[in-house]
Amino acid sequence: MSLTMRDAFGGKLLELGATHPELVVLDADVSSSTKSVMFGKKYPDRFFNCGVAEGNMVGVAAGLATCGYHPVVNAFAIFLALKGTDQLRNDVCYNKLPVVIAGAYGGLSDSFDGASHQSIIDIAIMRALPNMQVIVPADATQAEQSLEYALTQDGPVYIRLNRNSMPDLPVETNFSKREVILCHEGSDITIVANGITASFATEAAKLLSREGIMAEVLSVPFVKPLDVEGLVKSVKKSGRILCVEEHTLMGGFSSAVCEAFMSRGVHCMYDAIGIDDTFTETGEYISLLAEYGISTKNIVSHAKALCK
Amino acid sequence: MSHSINELLQDKEKKFDAKELAALAAYFRMCMFDVLHQRGTGHWGGAASCAELTTSLYFNRLNIDVKNPKWEDRDRFILSKGHASINLYTILANRGFFPVEQLPTFRMLGSDLQGHPCMTKLDSVDMSTGALGHGISVGLGMALAAKISGKKYWTYVLTGEGCLDEGQSWEALMMAAKYKPRGLILMVDHNKVQLDGSESEIMPLLSLKDKLSSFGWHVNHEAYDGNNCNDILKSFGWMDSDDVWPKAVIYDTVKGKGVSFTENKNIWHGAVITDDAYEKGIVELKEDLAKKEAVL
Repeated sequence: MSLTMRDAFGGKLLELGATHPELVVLDADVSSSTKSVMFGKKYPDRFFNCGVAEGNMVGVAAGLATCGYHPVVNAFAIFLALKGTDQLRNDVCYNKLPVVIAGAYGGLSDSFDGASHQSIIDIAIMRALPNMQVIVPADATQAEQSLEYALTQDGPVYIRLNRNSMPDLPVETNFSKREVILCHEGSDITIVANGITASFATEAAKLLSREGIMAEVLSVPFVKPLDVEGLVKSVKKSGRILCVEEHTLMGGFSSAVCEAFMSRGVHCMYDAIGIDDTFTETGEYISLLAEYGISTKNIVSHAKALCK
Repeated sequence: MSHSINELLQDKEKKFDAKELAALAAYFRMCMFDVLHQRGTGHWGGAASCAELTTSLYFNRLNIDVKNPKWEDRDRFILSKGHASINLYTILANRGFFPVEQLPTFRMLGSDLQGHPCMTKLDSVDMSTGALGHGISVGLGMALAAKISGKKYWTYVLTGEGCLDEGQSWEALMMAAKYKPRGLILMVDHNKVQLDGSESEIMPLLSLKDKLSSFGWHVNHEAYDGNNCNDILKSFGWMDSDDVWPKAVIYDTVKGKGVSFTENKNIWHGAVITDDAYEKGIVELKEDLAKKEAVL
């Protein structure tokens, strides 16, 4: 288990504050949860606590961005996605303004707070916004890399962050290339894992190899733009793809993969693990993920079925 | 264009007086009516109600540079009531930001003059607007940018009642009162008529002045007629009279101002100006312009 993404992201914000005078940080009364509080304490003049008003916060960030600043807005992912989307679309994305949208407590990671706080539709919303890039980091290192990458961009970037301590991926990559990241090599099936599901998928590949199934695992943090070439390269070898995501199966990562494959005429066996069209429940995080199929065991089971 | 208006527009950089502003506003209102009639689309009522306000800002008040629209020290203006886009376009073109010949392309496919103002199409537009209630937040962001960078520019946000129906406006009003950035000015084009009916029928703002004051804003005590350039200049004087921020000015205005049968009528929020309506209306607008030119 490693540093949580929020701790890593908050720490990186604090670090970059020293070298990026254009960096301003906004939060919606959850800065001790998102960890933007660290930046706020060090740079009070460049930190704005906007209260529980995500829509206004995004609008204020847009105004700052028109004046040469690079704002990072922090709030719970679901509230940014639902209450800030009007402003994200009309103020930030329409004008292609450089604003980083840091969605904390992404996926089911706010597990005990239940359905109201769990963010399983944010990727569908964010990827539908023109000019928006969408990144779902797999671990703390990718969370830091996402922020560094986003600050080099001249338009908006959504970064979905996890609340809890999760395993680190054994591999690192050059984030600026926006490519898929090879976590395990194989040619029988391609498992493409979005966000924290990459560590489950990597574990699953090890178990599958014992049963003679060589799975290729790709960590895919960039949902938009999607590294379609990277996916196709692997699928050409395996002929099978299993998508895994901590999100509803409608409109998210798996949908993005399907859209890209269909429009390019890529044919392969397909399956996806994600959350069905349902409201989720309260519980301990790993158990909750498993309840909705996001587990090493379920990945193994789906992969085996696809390889039959 | 008449001789006197032509003469006035020879020197766009000067600080125009109230009589000159009134004549310009009457002329611009006529231009707006003309384009809206030609194009058969757009919003007349709310564009007409703030003709004097935007004219006074752009021809008397704002510190801007036509040759350098993105000058970083310029004053900012946000038309939060973005449906009044024909008003802003008419003012910007006549101020010299783009050719007036472009105005008849309003809302055409391929035109820079989008249905609602778009900052990526026109570099003289400080913020794209259209979805109501966004302007105060964005203006607050611009004013906070001035605060942290030490710049002296001011940020003016013009809203109608519709913007104030939106909850976001009140979130922004609260936050602005917390940070009190210097130079943030809210101007309310209070024409008291919405799309579906009068403000009192649709969503009464009741005592708007008290609401804004209780939200921590410095609000004008004197009543200002927002269709009277003398009053508008007085309100500018009030803005300069102290250093208490943020400031809000409520202007009493008339929706559909200048054409008798469109005044205070919610149907003229966005109705098409028919040939018949145009023929009748343009006579009144020409008369009004002639009156204002006569006293120059």
